[in-house]
Amino acid sequence: MTESAQEPDVDRGNWTLTLRRFLERRLPLVHLLPDRQPYFVGSWVYVFGVVAIAALLWIVATGIVLVFFGPQWWHVSNIGHFVNALHFWSVQIFFVFMVLHLWGQYFAASWRDGRAPTWLIGVVIFGVSVVATFTGYVAQQNFDAQWIAINAKDAMNAVGVGAFFNVLNFGQMYGLHILFFPIAVGTLVAVHVVLVRVRGVVKPIDPPGAQATEPKSPTSEPQASQGPVA
Amino acid sequence: MSSTADSQARYYAGIRMVPFDLLKEGVLAVVGVAVLVLILAAVLSAPDSPPVTIGSWSQADPVDFVTTATAELAGQSGTAGYGPPYNSTADAAQAIGPIAPQVWAGISTPIDTAQEFVLHPLELAATGDPTLTSALAAYKGADATQQQAWLDAYTTALGNATVQGSEVTVAPGDYGPVPQLMASLLGVARSGGLDALLLENGRFFQTDFTRPLLFMGDGNYLSNLAADQHLTGDQWGVMNETGSYPGQTWLWLYSVWYQLPPFNTAPNADLAIVLIVLTLTTLLALVPFIPILRDIPRWIPVHRLIWRRYYRGSSQ
Amino acid sequence: MDAPATYLSWGFILISIPNLLMIIGMIVLFILALVAPFPHETDEKGAKGRRDD
Repeated sequence: MTESAQEPDVDRGNWTLTLRRFLERRLPLVHLLPDRQPYFVGSWVYVFGVVAIAALLWIVATGIVLVFFGPQWWHVSNIGHFVNALHFWSVQIFFVFMVLHLWGQYFAASWRDGRAPTWLIGVVIFGVSVVATFTGYVAQQNFDAQWIAINAKDAMNAVGVGAFFNVLNFGQMYGLHILFFPIAVGTLVAVHVVLVRVRGVVKPIDPPGAQATEPKSPTSEPQASQGPVA
Repeated sequence: MSSTADSQARYYAGIRMVPFDLLKEGVLAVVGVAVLVLILAAVLSAPDSPPVTIGSWSQADPVDFVTTATAELAGQSGTAGYGPPYNSTADAAQAIGPIAPQVWAGISTPIDTAQEFVLHPLELAATGDPTLTSALAAYKGADATQQQAWLDAYTTALGNATVQGSEVTVAPGDYGPVPQLMASLLGVARSGGLDALLLENGRFFQTDFTRPLLFMGDGNYLSNLAADQHLTGDQWGVMNETGSYPGQTWLWLYSVWYQLPPFNTAPNADLAIVLIVLTLTTLLALVPFIPILRDIPRWIPVHRLIWRRYYRGSSQ
Repeated sequence: MDAPATYLSWGFILISIPNLLMIIGMIVLFILALVAPFPHETDEKGAKGRRDD
């Protein structure tokens, strides 16, 4: 698929063609699914993000099973209780590794070199995940859910959203938890990952005296300026 | 608009690329997390403390139930004096100076505690019960001052109430029909009928537990159970879980404020703390643009461990 | 596991043992990730190689 040097009249103003060319330039598969990465990506800190995503996948998978059997199932079935336990620990693992990922990216100052949107979306993911988890906690239909809801309503009412976001309303909280928030978190994570792929991993913080944020000028060796990069 | 290939080529110019397998890394992560989660779930399971019902509450602590119901009837319970969105109690809403979003939101979930939690259930229960029917008539026929006098006297007497069998007994006094109303309501509650009546709210299908939860929250029984599990606000309860399970440790920065003055005694603590946490989260999101916060990673050289190969000069 | 957890207090801090273990575990994991050796791809082919699209 090559861009024609002269666009025929029939192709001018073609939205599909414009979108496809945009995607080919900005999201080429070779960068979405790279098989090369900069040699300095050599620390276990780099796996925190993908482990958090793996945990998120297990949250969704176990959540789908729980949804399939209905909100009463896991209270009365041993298998259901086990699936709920999988869901519970997946959430714990998700937050552990998301926060570790936050710490790692903070100390790496990963927002440098035009990556501030990636960082910002990451913080938004954290905030949305907290609310998503909260809807789960108040939708559990057990003592914990009762107590959390009775107390959380005070915070919601104090900021004026208590009637709109009624934590005492199981139907509302459950619906948000199983539909709205998975879509929200999933979409945000997808955008976050695509941004990382498009920009590439940030370069190390240079020692003092070196130019910290300017990309190095191309060397005489052609190897680094050709071929796919991470 | 430059292509991704061009901009990455410029960015990584002079930097050696090495092979890596993104998909394998992802699959390893998924399998690894699966194993970890399976082990944790199999060995530790997960918390599931059974819910409290109005039925179990009224059986376990009938005095607390009757005291709460009396407060609801008197319009003196937590819910009755809550302010928006449930009612318009003056000065009840949380505010910081002129900032009062609780007031701005209005009374969008109006609840008349006397009617909804006490009188209406009793009217339904009075069918075929002449004693209750006449007690209700006597109560509703009295003027507000008389009703308040009965309720105040009964509330005081409940401080020394005793339980005999399934009945709450107080010292003799002038309480009018109130003890009869409360005895009947206790009977409805113990049978489980009040759970159903407060939830059903005139409809068959229901998923909104606002009324039964508000009613239970007005009593002490639920909060005593919560305190046993360190779930109350001044016990860092927001972070905690029932049993010996980890809670929501990530909420530490929300929970901490409730332990500190002036928030631990302030009536508008919820409003203040939500605003604080929203501000801190916004600051975190904007770290790339905030001096000092964005420079700390340069000063604290954790990055020299992350990229020690790079700093050792093992590039070309 | 359903018995209430043991809590430790220090000043105004009150924390359950499970929560404390989670937090300590996270800090340990972070430090381990920083210092643990990471397997490196040191193939000479990769250093000079480039994929042909």
